[in-house]
Amino acid sequence: MEKISVQQLNFFYGAKQALSDISLDIEDRKITALIGPSGCGKSTFLRCLNRMNDTIPGTRVTGQILLDGENIYAPDTDVIGLRSRVGMVFQRPNPFPQSIFDNVAFGPRVLHTHRENGLAPVVEASLQQVGLWDEVKDILRQDALRLSLGQQQRLCIARAIAVKPEVILMDEPCSALDPIATLEVEELMRILRANFCIVIVTHNMQQAARVSDRTGFFWLGKLVETDATETMFTRPSNKLTEDYITGRAG
Amino acid sequence: MSQRTHWSEFFISAVIRVIGFSTIGFVGLIFFFLLQQGAPVLGEVPLNNFFGAQWYPTYNLYGILPLLLGSMMVTLAAIVLALPLGVATAVFVREIAPGWAREILKPLIEVLAGIPSVVLGFFGMTLLAPFVRETLHVPTGLTAFTGALLLAYMALPTIVSVAEDALDAVPKSYRDAALAMGATQWQTIWRVVVPAARSGILTAIMLGMGRAIGETMAVLMVTGNAARMPTTLNSLFLPARTMTATIAAEMGEVAQGSTHYHVLFAIGILLFVLTFFINLAAAPAIFEKRRRGGLR
Repeated sequence: MEKISVQQLNFFYGAKQALSDISLDIEDRKITALIGPSGCGKSTFLRCLNRMNDTIPGTRVTGQILLDGENIYAPDTDVIGLRSRVGMVFQRPNPFPQSIFDNVAFGPRVLHTHRENGLAPVVEASLQQVGLWDEVKDILRQDALRLSLGQQQRLCIARAIAVKPEVILMDEPCSALDPIATLEVEELMRILRANFCIVIVTHNMQQAARVSDRTGFFWLGKLVETDATETMFTRPSNKLTEDYITGRAG
Repeated sequence: MSQRTHWSEFFISAVIRVIGFSTIGFVGLIFFFLLQQGAPVLGEVPLNNFFGAQWYPTYNLYGILPLLLGSMMVTLAAIVLALPLGVATAVFVREIAPGWAREILKPLIEVLAGIPSVVLGFFGMTLLAPFVRETLHVPTGLTAFTGALLLAYMALPTIVSVAEDALDAVPKSYRDAALAMGATQWQTIWRVVVPAARSGILTAIMLGMGRAIGETMAVLMVTGNAARMPTTLNSLFLPARTMTATIAAEMGEVAQGSTHYHVLFAIGILLFVLTFFINLAAAPAIFEKRRRGGLR
């Protein structure tokens, strides 16, 4: 069952075309990995899915992206509502310079989903889900920037899921982390998979192979191939994909 | 050859060092001069007179309290007026205005800081004072409030400029994180960007305050210069006199070496100490901003 259906998507930075004719179905309760060399457009594509590219002046989109059958680029789309349904985790952990509690409570506060005195259970549940609760339950009022980078990234994931999104976009979420923290985040992704539709951009092919169910391969702004991860990494149907995966191209 | 390079290096660095230290030295000398000229007050004026409520130098009454409170009242009122305006302007310039408008506004605001205060005082006397008199129905337009309005205007460029820099130093990743959560632009600014820049904004307030308390010409021209104790809230809309205006107005007519002369210097010392502490209060915020800036 597809959650997101991308149809003939083109994306432009000014006159420069960054994505050409991308069509892709993204399934719910699965992890979809997007791989490809730097600058191939995979991060740009990811930021199209929650319209974060809207914040960059001079960008333009054609084609459509359907979320549960509704085009998110339709003129009457509520972008705020869209972003509360499609959460995002960034490349570098970016907790706010506020307390751990306030970080997780940020979403429920701005979206007014909970009253101020009903926030504590939401914060606890979100931190439990990312496995951070036991580490931080006694220091919830401490500045989030004092956590380790790995903890910060899990905190950012907790912050994203506190508003109960349907989709979580992850833009190279482990590239700033050490191997152990990376494994922790990957383990977390497998757990979250039961409840969310996850799309992850990664330059690390082993990571794509380890965590994802489906993989899409981007090359120079085009989606070259997409398939079940196992098939993709063992019997890619496209020569370019094979060269990239085996390290002969890119 | 290498010997010559060595000597010119040595010479240049020595010159630079002397210039650098002499700047510090001059500040020290100024303070020393102030102390030397103001210190005799201790022997000439009893403390209960000096910290009294009456400033009548011709009757040997040197109570600086009305001047001190006058300065504080005018400065605080100015900051209360300038703070919301300044922060709002900084937020507009940095967060809301489109790029081309920011390019125009930023230098324009910095130009405002360069308007000579006597020109602003002139403007205050001829336009602002009558306006205050008529709209507030007070006997004279030359009031503490008029001075505060003018000082607020003068502190604005400093506050806007420093606060804008502070907002600019907030990493884009914070804004991205907030927007990606479904926060509106306003929520992003109010709940994430402004709190993240609060130390810089505090610095802006302190620097604005330092500018306001030290300002002389404009307040001299518009506050009415009556050395009365501000005892009620109403005093804001009556004439007042600040420490700076007192020094400027009386220094030219006082006999050198007289008690009155020494008292004016003592007021100068007090001003120096006040501004020193205001800047000191801003210092940790400045250092913290640098540290945060480095982490980006």
